[in-house]
Amino acid sequence: MHDATISMLSRQLAEKRLSSVEITQHFLSRIKALSTRYNCFITVDEEKSLAQARAADTLRAQGRAQPLTGIPVAQKDIFCAKGWLTTCGSRILGNFVAPYDAHVVERLNGAGAVILGKTNMDEFAMGSSNETSHYGPVRNPWDVQTVPGGSSGGSAAAVAARLAPGATGTDTGGSIRQPAALTGVCGLKPTYGVVSRYGMIAFASSLDQGGPMAKCAEDLALLLNIMAGFDARDSTSLEREAEDYTRELARPIAGLRVGLPREFFAEGVSPDVARAVDGAAAELRKLGCETVEVELPRMRLSVPVYYVLAPAEASSNLARYDGVRYGYRAPEFTDLMDMYKKTRAQGFGAEVKRRILIGTYVLSHGYYDAYYIRAQKLRRLIAADFAEAFKRCDVIIGPTSPTTAFRLGEKSGDPVQMYLSDIYTIAVNLAGLPGMSVPCGFDTKGLPVGLQIIGNYFREAQILNVAHQYQLATDWHLRAPAGAE
Amino acid sequence: MALTLDDVRRVAHLARIAVEEAEVERALTDLSGIFELIGEMEAVDVAGIEPMSHAQDVVLRLREDDVAERDQHALFQSVAPQVEADLYLVPKVIE
Repeated sequence: MHDATISMLSRQLAEKRLSSVEITQHFLSRIKALSTRYNCFITVDEEKSLAQARAADTLRAQGRAQPLTGIPVAQKDIFCAKGWLTTCGSRILGNFVAPYDAHVVERLNGAGAVILGKTNMDEFAMGSSNETSHYGPVRNPWDVQTVPGGSSGGSAAAVAARLAPGATGTDTGGSIRQPAALTGVCGLKPTYGVVSRYGMIAFASSLDQGGPMAKCAEDLALLLNIMAGFDARDSTSLEREAEDYTRELARPIAGLRVGLPREFFAEGVSPDVARAVDGAAAELRKLGCETVEVELPRMRLSVPVYYVLAPAEASSNLARYDGVRYGYRAPEFTDLMDMYKKTRAQGFGAEVKRRILIGTYVLSHGYYDAYYIRAQKLRRLIAADFAEAFKRCDVIIGPTSPTTAFRLGEKSGDPVQMYLSDIYTIAVNLAGLPGMSVPCGFDTKGLPVGLQIIGNYFREAQILNVAHQYQLATDWHLRAPAGAE
Repeated sequence: MALTLDDVRRVAHLARIAVEEAEVERALTDLSGIFELIGEMEAVDVAGIEPMSHAQDVVLRLREDDVAERDQHALFQSVAPQVEADLYLVPKVIE
């Protein structure tokens, strides 16, 4: 049952061959048996999940079911879910029981999906290895000595280990796509503004975007159909007609122009990753696509630009954690200032503090123009590079990450090395484009490689189409790690 | 431009984060490496380019001037560290 895709489970529910209670119970018992090995959940609440499953079965019996009714979906612990502990991977929210639902949670609940638990993540989504979580690192199901990527590492590992058929993630600089690549699952970051961030704990507001993670492109489309949509409570939510993201899945992709940016295959990419991505390009040519070389000359600057903009916005967003209205408060202090300082010193981990310090510095008096404004100008150039490239192609492909999963601890002592693991994903966030990662092979050690597919604005349906057609012709996405049978 | 230990202390104070002296040294090393990376931005001429603050040039919406929120202070204060008489308590700031 756990190897089944969401669309298969949905069909079995519709045909009354399975109930939501049976499916939910099955995944809950797998989580019980396996989640300590991978540490991919922060909170599991069997009673709450089973109550939702029973309600879903009732809806179905009444003939009021939708495609996701009764499907268990793990929620990244960045999404507020009413009555659920919502920690964002941080000690400072270690006791925070959310008093309301995020828009994404509300939508999935409304569609009859079951919350299967809250997944582990890098603290406040700041990390590329899931090692910055206060609740311990997540381990990659393909090799528990390696990281699952981050920040949505718990969601990625849960899907990879078949502990959840689908999960939510968020992506500020690659946090859905990079862990999807490192764990051999699929993940999609929509166009900025497509999924409401209401109730999604803020990191860098001009970049943050929620999206789905699952085993195949078709499942991502089903999840996105529910997660996307206008929400007046998020000022960046776009007022657009609702889309059916499955509508283009079956379309043949012959004649499609696929751009290969020269910069994605430059030095720094590991030979195994380059080989697997080349193989995917060859497969797309076999399906009738035409590959064209394109250029993203300013892509190299996306990492420095991101490490100004994201920390600047984070330092402002995280100012709210002061021990007054919710969350952790230091037990001992002398006065108000001391309470703030000790609360934040004890409540935040090293990486979060590092980014708050960078952000505070670049926004401080005398430095704002040199850093923040300059970074925003370069951001426009990076976005313009994509616009230029999309004149010559319909979609862009390349590696999601320059390497496969690295070992726990390998990069945690060197922030700059860690930051560079997002070199291929960050530019997509800066431009605000939709991007996804799908499995496209393995390295010599048997670790999965991710293929990144980037679309033009609002062309989620098109990149899902490319991914689905690729997955009809290949079986990389069906491989499961040993131990997850 | 090189960061100094005093910069780290000043920024930590602005960010309201207590740092031990030993941490200041470590933070300086980490931040210096990161600012070296950030320094790569200087290689490009940005004269005449409009800053891009958001991916979509959206105009902030206005809504009808109706009551949109109901009073849920009891629920919201139920997760607060210290509350008395519907007020959040903090250490005394005026003697």
